[in-house]
Amino acid sequence: MTAVPGIPLLEVEHLTMRFGGLVAVNDVSFTAMERQITAIIGPNGAGKTTMFNCLTGFYSPTVGRLTLHRTGGPFLLERLEAFRISQQAGVARTFQNIRLFAHMSVLENLVVAQHNKLMKASAFTVAGLLGLPSYRKAEKQAVELARYWLDKVKLTKFADWEAGNLPYGAQRRLEIARAMCTEPVLLCLDEPAAGLNPRESGDLSELLIHIREEEKIGVLLIEHDMSVVMSISDHVVVLDYGRKISDGTPAFVKTDPTVIRAYLGEEEDEELPPEVKQDLPEVAEREEAP
Amino acid sequence: MEYFVQQLINGLTLGAIYGLIAIGYTMVYGIIGMINFAHGEIYMIGAFIAVISFIVLGAAGITWVPVMLMLVLIISMVFTSIYGWTIERLAYRPLRGSFRLAPLISAIGMSIFLQNYVQLVQGARVKPMPPVIQGGFVIMERADGFVVSLSYLQILIIVLTTVLMVGFTGLITRTELGRAQRACEQDKTMAGLLGVNVDRTISLTFVLGAALAAVAGVMVTMYYGVIDFFIGFLAGVKAFTAAVLGGIGSLPGAMLGGLLIGLIEAFWSAYFSIEYKDVATFAILVLVLIFRPTGLLGKPEIEKV
Repeated sequence: MTAVPGIPLLEVEHLTMRFGGLVAVNDVSFTAMERQITAIIGPNGAGKTTMFNCLTGFYSPTVGRLTLHRTGGPFLLERLEAFRISQQAGVARTFQNIRLFAHMSVLENLVVAQHNKLMKASAFTVAGLLGLPSYRKAEKQAVELARYWLDKVKLTKFADWEAGNLPYGAQRRLEIARAMCTEPVLLCLDEPAAGLNPRESGDLSELLIHIREEEKIGVLLIEHDMSVVMSISDHVVVLDYGRKISDGTPAFVKTDPTVIRAYLGEEEDEELPPEVKQDLPEVAEREEAP
Repeated sequence: MEYFVQQLINGLTLGAIYGLIAIGYTMVYGIIGMINFAHGEIYMIGAFIAVISFIVLGAAGITWVPVMLMLVLIISMVFTSIYGWTIERLAYRPLRGSFRLAPLISAIGMSIFLQNYVQLVQGARVKPMPPVIQGGFVIMERADGFVVSLSYLQILIIVLTTVLMVGFTGLITRTELGRAQRACEQDKTMAGLLGVNVDRTISLTFVLGAALAAVAGVMVTMYYGVIDFFIGFLAGVKAFTAAVLGGIGSLPGAMLGGLLIGLIEAFWSAYFSIEYKDVATFAILVLVLIFRPTGLLGKPEIEKV
């Protein structure tokens, strides 16, 4: 493990999530820094998505503390109701399977994400119904922010489409844009590159770098596409069977023997019992004979 | 011809009232997928509060009709909203996340409870209500003396309903609350993750539905002049039919369905038999469910596997 320098944004301490006898996440601790892309990788079933579900209030962890540092905070995520995690702590997330509001327009999907701001501006609907100028102004700003993100994810010309009719790659980008419209300090992306072609995942990497550099927020990224992970992350956490097995810079993790073992398995001849090893030359000979 | 016009006017008036109640059914179904069987009772309570507040206002000396009407509307909307909110909070919210039938049964229980509660505190007898708005226009007159009239009250009912429906459509399509409601309708979890307070949005849906039902209650009280504790049942079932006919979950569907049910009832009682008007209404429901299960304006539900 190597320490990655930075200002802590999210501190995960001793996170454990049990489902009956199954321990999906087992005593995981790490710190994600501000303005960094922290990738969480690991084989299938390593507990990555479970961890996201703990972070966003889907599950309440069996053990552990999740602290988000921001102005007005720190916020203990495991104690907040799901909607307050977005509203107060500023954590946004996307899903492995896309969950857009399919029957709303693309633009509306992005405006819904700004619900709390608009609800306040509309004095809980009264001003909105009367069309008061203060609400109009807030709504205009909301649409502006939505348009800004549409532009960033290259969906401007689809603004009035029904979201469910967009092509797959566009839906993925829209999901990220929608998460960004909640104006989060931490963006959690669950396999954003899944199902994207190489060009699209290249665009995705660019978008994530833009989010880190220009929006100056932290990104937590679950991803299997190592070309994306290794090229853009500042910090990589590796999980296997619910445990953290490695944590550090991409360069460190790439060469960490424990990671290689988890991904590729043990080197075989270390494991072979002596009697089998004895037989090996003989077997080789026999195979060569004919 | 004159007879037809008269029935058209009566049918539209009735349809407007059904439409107002049907919106409550359709909205609640849209957002949490349950039929709020207590909604008819909310309408009945709205009617009772109307009678009570007419009497109280009369006793207080406020008798100028526009002011009186305004106040009665506001009072019953406020009170029924509180009822709607409370019912959701007590009878439905604790059961959310339980199996699908649980809130439905709870709703039926709530409906029976509210009926009996009103019967106990208000008595089982019908409550008469002296006409508040009288008079109207004579539109046509037949040679044999049959008069087609459009009363001021009917105009009021139709105009008020239209205004409310336009306002309500605006609320759903344009305001942030409406947007949040539509978002919750599609994916509550995701809406929550985007910071929408899902519970509050659902509560407000009940409150809005109840307020509209209260308006229907006030109108019916003035239109028929008698109410009792049981009016909620039939009106509720009719409005529910209207919502299903129009396509449950669809707002314009509820309005259209309400209008159609009102017209069917009026014309059936006029040309066939008044005893069988309810049979006619429900026969239409059966036919719609057989040939177009999603209703006239409803979207078919496609479930992804």
